[in-house]
Amino acid sequence: MVARVQIPKEAKRGEIIEIRIVIQHPMETGFRRDDVGRPIKRNVITAFSCKFNGAQIFRADMSSGISANPYLQFYTVAQASGEFEFYWIDDEGNQGLEHQSIVVSG
Amino acid sequence: MSGRAAALALSALALAAGARAQERAIPLDQLRSGSSFLSGDLRALQNDEFANPALLWVERGEKLWREPAGSAGKACASCHKDDAASSMRGVATRYPRVDAASGKLMNLEARINDCRTARMGAEPFRYESEEMLGITAYVAKQSRGMPIAADIGGPARTHYDTGRAFYYQRRGQMNLSCAHCHEANWGKRLFAETISQGQPNAYPAYRLEWQTMGSLERRLRACLSGVRAEMLPYGDPAYRDLELFLAWRGQGLPIETPGVRR
Amino acid sequence: MRRREFLAGLAAGLALPGRAAAQAAEENPIAPLSPVDPKVLAVTKGAPVRKGRVQLTLPQLADNGNSVPMKVSVDSPMTAKDHVRAIHLFSERNPVRDMAAFYLGPDAGRAEVVSRVRLAGSQTVVALAELSDGTFWSGSTPVVVTLSACLDES
Repeated sequence: MVARVQIPKEAKRGEIIEIRIVIQHPMETGFRRDDVGRPIKRNVITAFSCKFNGAQIFRADMSSGISANPYLQFYTVAQASGEFEFYWIDDEGNQGLEHQSIVVSG
Repeated sequence: MSGRAAALALSALALAAGARAQERAIPLDQLRSGSSFLSGDLRALQNDEFANPALLWVERGEKLWREPAGSAGKACASCHKDDAASSMRGVATRYPRVDAASGKLMNLEARINDCRTARMGAEPFRYESEEMLGITAYVAKQSRGMPIAADIGGPARTHYDTGRAFYYQRRGQMNLSCAHCHEANWGKRLFAETISQGQPNAYPAYRLEWQTMGSLERRLRACLSGVRAEMLPYGDPAYRDLELFLAWRGQGLPIETPGVRR
Repeated sequence: MRRREFLAGLAAGLALPGRAAAQAAEENPIAPLSPVDPKVLAVTKGAPVRKGRVQLTLPQLADNGNSVPMKVSVDSPMTAKDHVRAIHLFSERNPVRDMAAFYLGPDAGRAEVVSRVRLAGSQTVVALAELSDGTFWSGSTPVVVTLSACLDES
């Protein structure tokens, strides 16, 4: 799965930083039908989590109510240098994993 | 439409087409990109260098640019350099164009497949495949901000004429031509939407209605289904001729690929 | 909002999108959220929900129901003692009423989440915030969502 992550490369300790992620995924609702009328099976990203240095800082449960190619923007307080880990899984069991580092000074 | 009525309509059209062969229904200084008909949110989304969903495909295209494929073991980058920003700069502004070697009118998709089959020994990309959308979005993006400058002279002229005739031809259950919405009624409302001029400068684009990326050809098919006309299959030469006419019609508009549209 | 009032009268065939619009409205009737809605109860367990402190921002008129920008923020100091634990998004019209749940913590710094949502027609969207002290607060906003002008079968 193609995904794009945006976090600042560096931050000061105590600064609130913005985390943005967009994931290529159809978020198939399960309510659509194909061109001969057969229902298209639902497949959405149901769970998303963001960990920093192993500790969870954000989690999202999602449904068909979130648009295709889901975009998430959330915040965290920069406390130490380290690595963000983004993980998600969809109805079919496909998993996604992205990592991005940050240097925190001060 | 009866045979006689069709013949009359076509001859009238031919006369009209001939008389105003170079006449612009929308003068150059009144051209407006589709983005000027979007809400502030979508315009901002298109300009967002991170959140624009079309960039997911551009990223895929960037990978494909460097990926060797086919029997020759070459990647796009092998001939066109790693730095697509310089080698592909301005390329999308000149398409569709007639390929000197084959004499065929090619859009960007056809040109890429020509490179793949003739020079890379690779399989052509299917229309609307993730790969094709990715690579065309990546290539066209290198011309972002540059004005459309397609050439309708010389061997391109017959294609322009065919494309122009297509544009003004009524079709479908609704019996409408492209001009009925996009020339006679642009700026007016249809349901809750404002009709645009139908300009091609942002394609391939991420369309909210499709919930994914799509080519100009797909957008034209959408319009055909909109007037309840039969959609021509992907790759039909009629689309390319029409694309050339649209490029002439939108001459000077800046490329906005990868665009975001409703 | 009556769709026929919008018909631009270009041709007679516009009954087709009109019928589709009416059908969509029938398939997704508006069912306003109440505190005893099972989806809400699953979150609150019967605790009272107060209006306020939650700002839910969506456009008044959506470009397309497939992707509507949504920002939800909660007025909270976001400290260890006083923070937002979770924000739940509910739809009064979508076939799936509980749209999403965002779980924050004291280290979030800002109780704000931005995303893009699907809305199956004009409706009010509700955000329910669960605070660390166990209280629940809500905010809502109405959005007008129309169908696309032209049927797209591409």
